[in-house]
Formats: sequence, C-alpha cells, structure tokens
Amino acid sequence: MEYLLQQVINGLTLGSVYGLIAIGYTMVYGIIGMVNFAHGDVFMIGAFNSMILFLVMGSLGITWVPLQLLVVLVLAVIFTSVYGWTVERVAYRPLRGSHKLAPLISAIGMSIVLQNYVFLLQGAKPKPLQSLLPGGIQLMQTEDFVVQLGYMQIIVFATTIVLMYGFWKLITATSLGRQQRSCEQDMKMAALLGVNVDRTISLTFVMGAALAGVAGYMVTLYYGSNDFYMGFVAGIKAFSAAVLGGIGSLPGAMLGGMLIGLVEAIWSAYFAVEYKDVAAFAILVLVLIFRPTGLLGRPEVEKV
Amino acid sequence: MTAGVPLLNVEHLTMRFGGLVAIDDVSFAAQSGQITGIIGPNGAGKTTLFNCITGFYKPTVGRVALTAAGETHLLERLDGHIIAKTARVARTFQNIRLFPGMSLLENLIVAQHNKLMRASGFTVLGLLGLPIYRHAEVRAKELALDWLRRVQLIDLADQPAGSLPYGGQRRLEIARAMCTDPVLLCLDEPAAGLNPRESAELNELLLGIRDEYKIGILLIEHDMSVVMKICDHIVVLDYGRKIADGGPDAIRKDPAVIRAYLGEDEAA
Amino acid sequence: MQMMQTKSGPTFMNAMMAKDLAVTTFIAFSLSFLLVGFQTLALQGQQLSYINHLGDVAWSVVLVVLGRYGLLVDREGAHRITLVVCGVAAIYLIGSAVAGLAEVTWYAMLPLPFAQPMVNGIFGAGAAILAVRAASNMVTRRATMMSVEQREAYETRRNRLNRKFSQTVGPIMVLLAIFMPITPWGDRGRVDTLVVILTSVMLGWGLNIVVGLAGLLDLGYVAFYAVGAYTYAKMSIGFGWDFWQTLPFAGLFAAMFGVALGFPVLRLRGDYLAIVTLGFGEMIRIVLLNWTDFTSGAQGISGIPYMDFFGIPFIREPQEGQQSFAKLFGVEYSLDHRIYFTYYVILCLALITNFVTIRLRKLPIGRAWEALREDEIACRALGVNPRNTKLTAFGIGAMFAGFAGAFYATRLGFIAPFSFTFDVSAGILAFVVLGGMGSQVGVALAAIILVGLPEVTRELQLYRALIYGCAMVLIMLWRPRGLLSHREPTIYAMPAKSRFFGLWK
Repeated sequence: MEYLLQQVINGLTLGSVYGLIAIGYTMVYGIIGMVNFAHGDVFMIGAFNSMILFLVMGSLGITWVPLQLLVVLVLAVIFTSVYGWTVERVAYRPLRGSHKLAPLISAIGMSIVLQNYVFLLQGAKPKPLQSLLPGGIQLMQTEDFVVQLGYMQIIVFATTIVLMYGFWKLITATSLGRQQRSCEQDMKMAALLGVNVDRTISLTFVMGAALAGVAGYMVTLYYGSNDFYMGFVAGIKAFSAAVLGGIGSLPGAMLGGMLIGLVEAIWSAYFAVEYKDVAAFAILVLVLIFRPTGLLGRPEVEKV
Repeated sequence: MTAGVPLLNVEHLTMRFGGLVAIDDVSFAAQSGQITGIIGPNGAGKTTLFNCITGFYKPTVGRVALTAAGETHLLERLDGHIIAKTARVARTFQNIRLFPGMSLLENLIVAQHNKLMRASGFTVLGLLGLPIYRHAEVRAKELALDWLRRVQLIDLADQPAGSLPYGGQRRLEIARAMCTDPVLLCLDEPAAGLNPRESAELNELLLGIRDEYKIGILLIEHDMSVVMKICDHIVVLDYGRKIADGGPDAIRKDPAVIRAYLGEDEAA
Repeated sequence: MQMMQTKSGPTFMNAMMAKDLAVTTFIAFSLSFLLVGFQTLALQGQQLSYINHLGDVAWSVVLVVLGRYGLLVDREGAHRITLVVCGVAAIYLIGSAVAGLAEVTWYAMLPLPFAQPMVNGIFGAGAAILAVRAASNMVTRRATMMSVEQREAYETRRNRLNRKFSQTVGPIMVLLAIFMPITPWGDRGRVDTLVVILTSVMLGWGLNIVVGLAGLLDLGYVAFYAVGAYTYAKMSIGFGWDFWQTLPFAGLFAAMFGVALGFPVLRLRGDYLAIVTLGFGEMIRIVLLNWTDFTSGAQGISGIPYMDFFGIPFIREPQEGQQSFAKLFGVEYSLDHRIYFTYYVILCLALITNFVTIRLRKLPIGRAWEALREDEIACRALGVNPRNTKLTAFGIGAMFAGFAGAFYATRLGFIAPFSFTFDVSAGILAFVVLGGMGSQVGVALAAIILVGLPEVTRELQLYRALIYGCAMVLIMLWRPRGLLSHREPTIYAMPAKSRFFGLWK
C-alpha cells in the first residue's frame, strides 16, 4: 500500500512532464491538423539547455539555489522556444498547401537533424547531473518503507500547476488565445478577419516549445540524466498522452499525461520494467482502436 | 419498373450534429427512370441528405431503403464503399473530387475497381498475367472510352484529370460515376459554375442517361431553369424539413416553396 | 514592391532588411549559444564538466547572418554578386573540407572557421545552395513571376526529362549490376559493398510501394526488416532449414505483422499511421532487446547459416556424404563463390521487387492505391474499400522488407537489435523521398549515393544521419515529390510509341 502510494507520487511527477510535452502536440495538431514530429526532440533540447545552463551558472559561482532554479528556468524556456519557432519556419510554413505527406516528411527530417545536432555536439554518452536539492518530506513511515515526496517533486508539481493556470488564462482570456482558437476553427476565415495566421501558428509552436522546455528543465532537475535519444521515446509517449486525452484538448493532454505517467510508474513497479515503454505504446494503439477521439476529445465530422 | 416499390425510399430521416438538426424527419421516394430534383435554400440540408444516402454519414434516426432487381438494401446500415459496391449507388461531389494526378482514362478505370479486382483474381491472377484479366481490362477500357466519347473528352484521355477545365471536370465526374454501373445516381450541383451552353449540354446528358439506362437520378441543383426543365419530380427542403414534394408545375405554385425562397413578407 | 525595386536597381540595405538580419542574428545565436558553445563532458568518476567553443558560436552566427544577407540581396535582384560571393565561399569551404577528409597536411594551415572539416563542408553546402539558387534565379527569374502556363510547361518539360533520364539510366544500371562481378573492378570487397547497397535499394523499392504509391507514411519500416531477419535466424537454426525454405516464411511473418499493425490504424488519419509506425519500430527493438530467451537480447544471434546454393552449402571441407558447391561443380573451394552467389541473389530479389511493383501499379489494386493517395473520399464513393486496399499496400511493403531481412541475416550470419534502429527506417525513407516518390530509378540512385558515399570515409559515416535529415527537409522544400519523380498513366487510350522502355520507369 505504501509502495503503491510512492509509485503514484512518482507517476504523477512523470505525468506532469508528459502532460507538458503533450500540450505542445495537441496545440499544434489543433491549429494545423498535423503531428509535430520534431516536438520530442525540442523537449530533449530543452533538457540539454537546462543542463548546460546549470553547469555554466555553477562555474560562474552562482550557487544560491532559488536564484539558480529561476534563472535557468527562464533562460532555458527562451532558448528552447527559438527551436520551436525554427522548426515551424523551416519545416512547416513553406509547405502549407503542399501535398499532404510533404510537411510530415520534412518534420521527421527536422527531428533527425535535431537529434544528430545534439549527438554530434554533445556526444552519445548520457550526461549525469548532480541533484541540486536532494531529500524531501516523509509522508508516511512503516517499519520497512518510507513514502517520500521529494523537494524536486514539489517543485515539479508547483511549476506544473502554476503553468497550467497561466496557460489556461492565456488561451481563454487573451486576444492571442482568441486568435489561436479562431485559426483552429477556420484558418481562411480568420485570415480574412485580419488575424495574422502565420504569426499565430508561429506563436503556437513557440508556446508548445516553451512548455517542452519546461518539461526538459524538470527532467534535468528530477532525473538528472540526459542523452540525445531521450526525446524520441518521450515524444511517442507524450503523443500517446495527447491522443488518450483527446487530441486538440488542452485539459485532455494534461489528463492523458498523468494517466500515462501513472501507468508507467505502476507498470515498472509491479511488472517488467523493461517493457514500460511498450505498455505506453500499447495504450496508444488500444485508444486508437476503441476510442480514437480520446477521453475528452470531440468527434471529428468529416467534410465531404 | 416495378410499380408500388420505389427505387429509393427515405423514411423519417433525421440527422443531428450535436445540437444542430441538419435534417428533420424527411421522407420521400424516388423512382427508376426518373430525375428527382432536391432543391432548397442554402443550408437546407441537401448535401447532408446525400451524405446520409451514400453512407458518408450515419443518420441519427430513419430508414433509407434501396430496391433494385428485387433486392432491398438498407443503406443507413452500410458503409460508403459498400453502398457503392453492392447497392450500386454512385455520386458526384459539390466540390469536384477527381483523382487529379491520374489520367482521365485511369479515373474511369478506377471506377470499375470491383469488377476488375474480381477479374484479376484479387491481384494474384493479374500478377501472373493471365488472359482472363487482360480481357477484362480491355472491356473496361472500352466502356471507359465510350463514356469519354459521350462526354466529349476522348481527345484528352491520356491527360491528367487535374488539367481539365471546370466544365470538363464536372462531366468527367459524371462519367466516372456512370462507369460504376449504378442503379441510382446522385448528383450534387452538377451545373454549378457552368456557362449556359455547358449547362444545356449537361441537361441533354442527364436526360440521355435517364432514358437509355432507366436508372434513378437524384439531383441537387440551384439553377431553377435546369430543375424545372429536366426533373420529373421535385422535393423541396428548408431548414432540414421537407416543405413540398411533387411535379415541377405543382412546386412552382406551392405557397410554402415561394415563401421559403422569397421570404415571409414578400409572399404575404 | 519587388517590381519597382528591380527597375531602380537592387537595394543593399533598408530598414526591413536590417530588422530581418537582427532577427536572424538572435535566432542563430539562440540556436547555437548553449549547444555549440558548451560541450559537456561526462568523464568516468568525475562530475559533469564542460569545455567552451565560443569561437564556433561566433563563426556560426556570422556565417548564418551572412548567408541570410546573401539571400535577401538575391531576392532584391542582385543575383550576380550573390552567385559570385557564395560560389567562391562554397568552393573554398567544400574544397578545404575534402582536403581535410583526405587528411592532407596543409589542411591545418588554412584559415578556416571551424576545426572539423565536415562542419566547414556543411556551411560550404549552405553557400552552394545559395549560389545555385542565385544562378537559377538569374536564368529563369523568380518562380513567382512565372505565369501559370509557363509553370505548367516547365513541369511538363521536367516530367519528360525525368522520364527520359529514367528510361536511359535504368537499363544501363541493371546491365552494370549484372556484369559488375566479372569486370576487373569486381573484387570481393567491392562486390560485398554492392550487396549492402542492393539490400538498401530493395528496401527502398519495398517502401516505395507504401509511401510512393499508396501515400502512407511508414516510419517503422525497419520493424518488418527485423521480423524477417529474426524469423530467418530462428527458423534456420531451430529447424535446420536452408535459405530458400525459410525465405517465404520471413516474408509471410513480416506481412502478418504489417497487417496486424495496420488494421487498427489505417482507418484513421495519415499522421496517426506515421507516429504509430514510428512507435512500433521502437517497440519491436525494445522487445528484441529484452526478450532474452527468444532473441538472446543485446548479444544478438550468431551462427546463422550462410547463403547456400539451393540447398547445397558453400563449405571448404564437406563431411562424409555431404554435398558442397565446390564438390558438385568440381572446382577449387573459394570464398568468392559464396559472395558472388550472394550478390546475384540480392540482385534477383531486388529486381523481383521492382518487377512486382511495376506490375502491381498496372493492376486494379495499384490503381486503387494511387487513387486513395489522391482522394480517399472519392474512392469510397466508387466502392473501393479504403482499409483493405491500404492494408494490402502495407502488407506487401512489409513482405519485401521481410525478404530483405532474411537476406541480411544470412549474409552476415549474425543479427542483433542495434542493427534495427530508427536510423535505418529514416535512411530508407530518405532514399524514397530523395529519389522521387514512385520513381524506381530515382530510389535506386538515391540509395546508391546515400549508402555508397559514407563507405568512402569514416568521418562521413558519423554525419550520415544528419545528412539524411537535412536532405529530407531540403528536398521537401525544393521539390516535394522528390528529385526524379514523374508519373506515367498505367493505361493508354492511344497506343504508345515504345512500350519496352516503360518497364524501367
């Protein structure tokens, strides 16, 4: 029972990460109707950016932890967002209106480029980073097991909740959010009404990348081990989360992320840990078979 | 024509999208050897009705029965491609859907897909190059060329369909639908965007198909001159409801139709 | 606005260009500062440390901004100056990169932005692209200024050119492939390289059925290749069957996997298929890695029987009562026999793939694939079952990957999960995309270049995946249907002049 509780905490931590990445998938899918294949790699780059920033800050002698945490978060998000912008500008925008496979192929090309960019510059070995804030609060204690909520986990949860609130406000209550939703509904009409569609789509990619950057930051903080290949599997799982929650739905993406995180943590604890990735993938396939619209998604009406 | 049992019988058809009722309890019948016009103002639910009949949408309530050669198919239960294959309902689209990269001839050959699949032994015999498939392909090609002649596109047979002018694309789409050997042909605004001469030719073509093949034709059309000239029977929809049903002359005088088209005040 | 400026001569700087360059500077800096500037090192037993390469960051930013400026100036109409400057830069950078790769001594003395020759080469390639762009703009003017008719005529001309090229090059390539081993250049090492290339060509042709004809993006093609390889390994070792007995099963199992995977996904939208296949490729690898009882895990399976001559092995010393190739033909044993026979086997398999593809295209199923690619809704209205039709394409494509996988296993005698990573799928997709979707000769040429070149130097191998990725993006931007794509109708109303050459398109 205590063990299960610990796994739930770990699963929700992991789920927050997946959820943040999944929002990027779901927003881009909502607005241009396409999977952003490079999104997982943008997350990976976010993780690397955070890691390098922590290292550099450390070597500059800035060691007060709260300052480090805040500065790295802000800078990592900015640097990672630029990657999101670039992916859209290079791989998607010139191909709007081309045949339907073209943007998918260029995006997968982009994903390969990003992976190898990091591989060539930073090498193939996983990079371990020492934990900034070890320890945590003991929630429960029995004779042989301690349920612990790590400080890092608290930071992860707090950041996720604050971000989700801010993001929700951004989408529902600002003019940017309105423009974005109008582009989702009907891009042509939005353009005719004076919405700058190119800019709105760019901003969608930037927002997605910013959240992926935060996810990368959290992973660096919490797990402290990055490699150039980490975006690939995380991307597939986050996409599964987006589909499970209902693609196009923001709360769905977060919910799906949490569920996938929980499944993964519990699966690793009670079944074969090597197959945890396969379990997440199996969920994707099952959802596609039985409920392609996901938990919170609306059915798509085909235009004939 | 078997008297009594109509070719197509639509009963209490209702289609809802969430809260929106696109078609509300519509019933009508269409006969073989007749052109049945479906008219109504924009947004009256005409194309949705077509989509329900041809299996692209599953109606919320209602029955769509197609009776041909003594067999009845309940279309509301079938998928689109099965309706086209077994119930033999063919259709065209409001915003033309050809295979733009394929040649005109290929477009018409694809329309004979199921026939040719059988002849090619579901690819196996065809792969071996057996004569049974070669003969079937020659016959399919002849049928296709006949139709290309009929719609005056034979000279362009090897050109990609996407390079055709608008009117040619409309005609090709009708020819392609006819190549599936249908018992019911559903045409969604075939005269839209045509000039008067092309429109007149289209009328000839449709009347020719009706008289020669004795099949039923469902026709959505906005151009009243076309509708009144060639339809044997007209169904009028407004806001998803059927407001009138009858011959061209009766429809022309129907007060409900006049009201729907001209508005309440002017009619009063 | 552009028209006006063309009249008054090109502008070399204005507010808009300055703003554009400022944005470019910011972007280039943000993309390079952290990842290029700080190389992290994870040394054994030490904490993570870094060395900085801030000089490289500065150079990257400067070169990217200069390149962007060249593009802007070219857009203003100053094609010649862009062509000359970029051309010189490209020749210098690429030339020195080649010198560096060839390890000439004076390379280190050249004033070059980067230490690694490949990086200089990549920036040189960028300059070359700009130069080519400027040159083609000089000749044809900007594409946006072409009228619709001009562009159509251009497309038709290009189509005809591609067709002519394919019709000439195709048969020549086949003849070369057949006679290569008996020419003086056909030594054992080179033939072995050719075997690798031909396997890639076969995989490319197999994937072309799925991507090029049916328009389905399969990003996990390597999974079916792996299924074929493991089927062969397990069956040949477990049952003692030879290559020819096992081959059909390898294809069959791969096809079954394809159908089983495609069944739930193919009724959904195209990009779902792409990401599910992407995931599937990775999952197969994870299973192969962890199901140690069956696959021996990361160690892989060794001792897989080599290629045999229709049941008769190529061995030096056959045991009592055992037949061998050398004994049967009464010749001296030589390893060459097996390698050359292996070569002809893969040549036949590849040509069969090609032949079947061309044949399928002219059958109802092939036409339905192309029709589905063009418009699925119209297909449904014509009674074509979309799911079954796509499944056939998926299954047949997977089957050829299975055959190729079995061949791979028998050639090496050893297979392990690390041979079946996403990079392989990406590579095969790159052949199809680069060569031209639906163009058989194009796919073969792309495979020869992309597989053949990295064999030349080790350095290129490291950058191989990066080059694949860049190629995919650039080709999509420049010619989304691929370099050599062209489409001929599968049936003619008018009799064609020459049908014989049609076999090779």
